[in-house]
Amino acid sequence: MLEVKNLKAYIDTPAGIVKAVDDVSFSLKAGETIGIVGESGSGKSVLALSLMQLNPSPPTFYPQGEILLEGKNLLHLKEKELRNLRGNDIAMIFQDPMSSLNPIFKIGTQLMEAIRTHQNINRAEAKKKAIVLLKDVGISDPERRMNDYPHQLSGGMRQRVMIAIALAGKPKILIADEPTTALDVTIQAQILDLMKDIQKKYGTAIIIITHDLGVVAQLADKIVVMYSGRIVEEGKTEDIFYHTAMPYTWSLLRSMPRIDTSSRERLIPIQGQPPNLVSPPEGCNFNPRCPFATADCLKIDPSLTERGVGHYAACILSEKIFEEGKLQLENFETKGVPL
Amino acid sequence: MLQYTIRRLFSLIPVMCIVSIIVFMIIHLTPGNPAHLILGEDASEESIKQLEEQLGLDQPIVMQYVNWVKDIVTGDFGQSVYSSEPVLDIILGRLGPTFSITIVSIIMILVISIPIAIAAVWKRNTLIDPLFISISLLGVSIPEFWFAMLLVLGFAVSIPLFPVAGYIPMADGIFQWLYHLILPSFVLAAVEIGLVARMLRDGMLESVNQDYIRTARAKGVKESIVLMKHVFSNALIPTTTVIGAMVAGLLGGTVIIETMFTIPGMGQLLVDSIYRRDYPIIQGVILFIAVVYVIVNLLVDLLYTFLDPRIRYD
Ligand SMILES: Nc1ncnc2c1ncn2[C@@H]1O[C@H](COP(=O)(O)OP(=O)(O)OP(=O)(O)O)[C@@H](O)[C@H]1O
Ligand SMILES: [Mg+2]
Repeated sequence: MLEVKNLKAYIDTPAGIVKAVDDVSFSLKAGETIGIVGESGSGKSVLALSLMQLNPSPPTFYPQGEILLEGKNLLHLKEKELRNLRGNDIAMIFQDPMSSLNPIFKIGTQLMEAIRTHQNINRAEAKKKAIVLLKDVGISDPERRMNDYPHQLSGGMRQRVMIAIALAGKPKILIADEPTTALDVTIQAQILDLMKDIQKKYGTAIIIITHDLGVVAQLADKIVVMYSGRIVEEGKTEDIFYHTAMPYTWSLLRSMPRIDTSSRERLIPIQGQPPNLVSPPEGCNFNPRCPFATADCLKIDPSLTERGVGHYAACILSEKIFEEGKLQLENFETKGVPL
Repeated sequence: MLQYTIRRLFSLIPVMCIVSIIVFMIIHLTPGNPAHLILGEDASEESIKQLEEQLGLDQPIVMQYVNWVKDIVTGDFGQSVYSSEPVLDIILGRLGPTFSITIVSIIMILVISIPIAIAAVWKRNTLIDPLFISISLLGVSIPEFWFAMLLVLGFAVSIPLFPVAGYIPMADGIFQWLYHLILPSFVLAAVEIGLVARMLRDGMLESVNQDYIRTARAKGVKESIVLMKHVFSNALIPTTTVIGAMVAGLLGGTVIIETMFTIPGMGQLLVDSIYRRDYPIIQGVILFIAVVYVIVNLLVDLLYTFLDPRIRYD
């Protein structure tokens, strides 16, 4: 349904051109959930906003690529055609529910606006639909809540309202950019449950962006790992967790609490800083931080190669070297065996 | 909301006390004997004595103040030294023209600055924006009297589109009334247009990159509606704070404009009374302007809470 081909999204800044999304390809089938993970600054949000053509432009521009939604290339659509698409075919919810709702309008007004933008119905009908939507996203006493202003709701409630707004046009694709990052843990779980329910009920395909692998493990069929504007590994959720083929993914997994194994494991942060996206390092972008980097890694810029069915990774190390390296490193860390 | 209004009303009491003291002191702060000053060099002892009695200047100063405030509260602003008419009547007679110029220029300010600000933000990535900034800066820095003369020369003398001066009351024909007001009101508005448009533009540019604007766009809302509904109404909140200052500017401006266009309003009355050393009128006019200013600022505060639900007091 959605196919992104060799997309580049660059940002023109005083410091130079930021290659926020650099030659990214992936596809999404109807009803599927795909998780995009990566550190802060890896280009996840810019990629997500590209899909809605909502990056401020200038400074953002798209020097290359295609975003095909049911065959139509979004990069070539006119503003009016894009508007018809936004909220209708693709909808989006954002990281910070505190700032994502207009503080001076009632939530009912904002929800009804979403409904009436794409449906030619009167206020009374829109109001009825809005109340149903609020009920669907688990807001109690929706009639009364319609008259509340955003500041009168808790963070979790506001994110529910954002989801209701996103669902107003019955979109085929819902993009959720870190929908739970700003919420506390119990609320996070509730919002994720809600998204699962929504998917069942509405059959929406979901793109969920996060740096929390626990979140994608619960929701996603497929995971795309991004590093410095590129996809470095992609595959089914099990493959990413259990047949990790790229040192960055492996480091990312080690730096996060796991919910499926005992939590006594030590968390090991990734060393170093994310690369400068204006002038990325020579060779593999991850080489300055990679514990297994070889001389070749400084020269060769790896492209994605197939590692299994639908499992791709960008790394020139052979599986054997990677496995041995991991073992050595773990022995060193736990038992002090010298490298 | 009601409670907040009442609280704000009470907070006006100390402000009004200070204002009244300052206004009262005007007559005493000028060096020399006020009665002497009013009547001139060669006034007789007798007439000075008489005036001092009439103004109450022979009593202790605190008593004078108490009596003065008492009189004002009962609506007695004293008499004009020059014409012996009650000050209140004189002021009320001059209210119409000043009120008219102020209202017409406020309407001009809004009608001109709002579309300009929206256009500047709409075309924010083009040359329109720097152009707008230069013009608004120019507008703020041009001296009113100079601009007034320029306009009179241009649009009343060279091209006789508008009358050079004068005022027609609304009762004598609304068209003539407006026709005579356009030039003076525009001069008065010019400075504030630049200021208000600039405030609005800055507020809108602040708001245009906020997350909730992205949400509105993600809903598929038209950019023009995004700007006029979501961005503009958020930009109004910081802009209302300058409205108080704007009204002060307008009231001050009428003094110059009314004199230049010979409009018989409060500004002209003030200037004339200063020449005539007619202290009761000077005090009355200044007190009146101060009260208007305080009331406008109270209304702005209430408007503020109305515009921004986050600070609505309940
Ligand atoms: N408007 C902009 N101007 C300049 N640089 C930008 C802009 N927007 C994003 N970037 C840069 O693009 C890169 C990718 O940013 P992006 O917001 O997509 O990261 P992210 O993966 O979403 O990170 P996070 O987890 O913090 O949300 C970053 O280096 C960021 O600094
Ligand atoms: Mg982001």
